[in-house]
Amino acid sequence: MVSANSDWPEREERYVSPTVAQSVKILVVGAFGVGKTTLIGSVSEIAPLRTEETMTSASVGVDSLSGLDDKATTTVAMDFGRVTVTPEVVLYLFGTPGQRRFWDLWEGLAEGAVGALVLVDTRRIEDSFEVFDQLETRTGMPFAVAVNEFPDAPKYDPEQLREALDLLPDTPIVPCDARHRESAAHALITLVEHALHFPASQKALT
Amino acid sequence: MAGTSDGDTGDYIDHPVRPYVMTSGRAYPSRNTIRPETLLVVDPDLRPPVTAGRQQRALLDMCRGMLSLAEAAAHLRLPVSLVVVIASDLVDSGHLSVRSAPRHTPPSAELLEKVLDGLRKL
Repeated sequence: MVSANSDWPEREERYVSPTVAQSVKILVVGAFGVGKTTLIGSVSEIAPLRTEETMTSASVGVDSLSGLDDKATTTVAMDFGRVTVTPEVVLYLFGTPGQRRFWDLWEGLAEGAVGALVLVDTRRIEDSFEVFDQLETRTGMPFAVAVNEFPDAPKYDPEQLREALDLLPDTPIVPCDARHRESAAHALITLVEHALHFPASQKALT
Repeated sequence: MAGTSDGDTGDYIDHPVRPYVMTSGRAYPSRNTIRPETLLVVDPDLRPPVTAGRQQRALLDMCRGMLSLAEAAAHLRLPVSLVVVIASDLVDSGHLSVRSAPRHTPPSAELLEKVLDGLRKL
């Protein structure tokens, strides 16, 4: 008997297969409007879902929210999707803005993640600076950069972008059309391949 | 509307009752092993605890099939932080089972290969 509540999963296929025994996650990180939810929707087996947290002034801590003085609370949204990669393993894709206050609020989200796919819009590269800064200083997780190619966006050579974003030589940079499943999947594959080699490259640094 | 949305689109749904009221005033869960991707499923042999409130019953009903905590929270339109507290209590009482072991370290190479295989089939 299906619940009359329309928010309920209406069909049994909305549930994770009972054969699944393990879940993993990838964070899809990027500034507002860069196409995170579009990319997640391109590969997800469920329509992307949204969950929201309310951040009150008490949880703001030392972070500067000047300019938001008149706001007692703010909400931080996370859209996410799901891919059953094998009968035993399900992959979650969590789309997150990635600014400092987000990591303050979602402590634990980064823990145990495969890594982060950072979506960048070349029309607004400066929007990505805080995201990279937080990924490097807060999470230490492997990440790859996907350049979401908007039709009117300026084209950059990957090495120009690497320089502009101050990325390490081994950080992958891939062009991506977030609307297309194959392209979105390719960007995710690039990240996971990078994560496979990441511990070795980390050791080389220390 | 009390705040600003930090997401791409969508409407913020306010709740008439502050979340901590639903958790008897507690802001933190009883266990630190539940993450947004943690898979939960109800124990079909156990009836909901007699003391269970509306949110607890709704979560147990939602988890009659296996779902991640984030999915359950999104379907219930409740914040993940609140559902973690509710789910922790129900795991403690045995009504909810955690299907996926909590992960504190990056996934193994073997697991990453499985993820790669799945993504390549997309």
